[in-house]
Amino acid sequence: MRALVFLLLVLAALPAAANEIVGALSQNRVALTANFSGSEILIFGAIRRDPTEALAADATDPAHFDVVLVIEGPREPVAIWRKDRRAGIWVNVDSVTLASVPSFYAVATTAPLHQIISPETDAEFRISARQAIRPDQSIGVVADPSVFSEALLRIRERAEQYLTLDRFVHLDREILFRANVQLPANLTEGAYTTRMYLVRDGNVVHQFRTAIFVRKDGLERWLHQMAYDQPFLYGLLALAIALIAGWGASALFRFIRSA
Amino acid sequence: MLIYLPIAEISTNALTLLGVGAGVGMLSGMFGVGGGFLITPLLFFIGIPPAVAVATGANQVVASSISGVLAHLRRKTVDLKMGTVLLIGGLIGSSGGIWLFRLLSRLGQVDLFVQLAYVLFLGVIGTLMLQESVRSWYRSSKPGAARRKLHKHNWVHALPLKMKFRVSGLYISVIPPMLVGMAVGVLSAVMGVGGGFIMVPAMIYLLGMPTKVVVGTSLFQIIFVTAYTTVAHAVTSHSVDVMLAFFLIIGGVLGAQFGTQIGLKLKAEQLRILLALLVIAVCIKVGLDLLIRPAELYSVRIPGQH
Repeated sequence: MRALVFLLLVLAALPAAANEIVGALSQNRVALTANFSGSEILIFGAIRRDPTEALAADATDPAHFDVVLVIEGPREPVAIWRKDRRAGIWVNVDSVTLASVPSFYAVATTAPLHQIISPETDAEFRISARQAIRPDQSIGVVADPSVFSEALLRIRERAEQYLTLDRFVHLDREILFRANVQLPANLTEGAYTTRMYLVRDGNVVHQFRTAIFVRKDGLERWLHQMAYDQPFLYGLLALAIALIAGWGASALFRFIRSA
Repeated sequence: MLIYLPIAEISTNALTLLGVGAGVGMLSGMFGVGGGFLITPLLFFIGIPPAVAVATGANQVVASSISGVLAHLRRKTVDLKMGTVLLIGGLIGSSGGIWLFRLLSRLGQVDLFVQLAYVLFLGVIGTLMLQESVRSWYRSSKPGAARRKLHKHNWVHALPLKMKFRVSGLYISVIPPMLVGMAVGVLSAVMGVGGGFIMVPAMIYLLGMPTKVVVGTSLFQIIFVTAYTTVAHAVTSHSVDVMLAFFLIIGGVLGAQFGTQIGLKLKAEQLRILLALLVIAVCIKVGLDLLIRPAELYSVRIPGQH
């Protein structure tokens, strides 16, 4: 609540020129631990109406705003493989590589996205997941690269890595908005940029950006980092654990049985 | 209880992993097999990436062999000289296997290769086991049947580079044990198994080693080769999952204790037929996954990950 008051104060202090959006997150940090089963983020904020416009507009027909929220995980290259039947078995045959696609992508809106923004706006601001994966930058010698990018969208939507959250943003009296977004358990570490778009008549009027930092925590972070940064030491650790656990447990059983 | 596996990068139930470990541990206790050839395909079925399943499987074999190795060393039933020759072959084979694994993983075909290797392998092992156990069941019901001659002179004795293996009482060329070691080393790297089920028959029938040193010597080779394979996989493909291995090992040791008890009470031949049928069933399951048109033809892979 204090944050909301702060937001309103910030809005009041902004130079009064145009319609603006400002927002915040319930938490800027998410820690992935061994028993991490996902976490819910509350995104909230406010819209500041252009005072001159507000005066001019007919009081019975206030201009309608929509809000689009985008959470985008760290980008990474991906290879999309397609299986085909070769000598009776299903084998990966063709592949297409996309140089930079979000590891997580969620679009939350006040109304279905295609109803509130024009395709041109979507392309310009790369709002929908289909735009964000940049299918135009695919690399691969196949006749139909678009089928591969569609497959990527399909697979990631099924895995709940790409989310379309229509009507998940609640707009209160055309001023305050909030949305709960459930983050899945299989998050990649890194900065998750959060974009908030103020939309009217199919166009983006204003935007605001912030970020969530997701990091692995505790033992898993330590093990994962060690596996990649000190692989030899990690291998020895794996051996030591195997030897101690294997020998220790059977020694324990011998002791129990002889006692 | 859901746990996050840091290398496989999936969340899975710890009880499932303990159960897989315990089930395979029980079978290995009952039959005296390592169980690596069952653990790895079971990990495929619960959604662990094949590369991680193989590398972690090798790590798990280290744990399940250690107490056996120590027991055999105490009882002096290890031919250290023969073990060393097998080991040298094993390290060469494992290095080759690691190289092959890396190559295939760059080509995006490592999963297919591992699955094919398992189909072939489990098919052959299962069929041989079934044949052998049915035959010995038949034989045990008809006492007085002719026994097979164990030691005979064959081409192995005509090869150069002969060496004296005193514990085994053999004077043979180092080439055959080296080749046996190499074959087992390759299997350990690409399939995450110890390879005892190949090495033990090869030592008895091909090298003509006395049965009392066979198990100890093969375990001696297996523990060093799988240890090497674990570290090599960790260094080259970062695919050893310590967390996954830990739960499998704990489950495995628990299961093995009960398995040994059960194995003592039950009839060996019929049990071995059951194990053979189980191996064949796993083989068919892995094979069907390759033969049936998958529901999703596309898969997404992040280069450098599993």
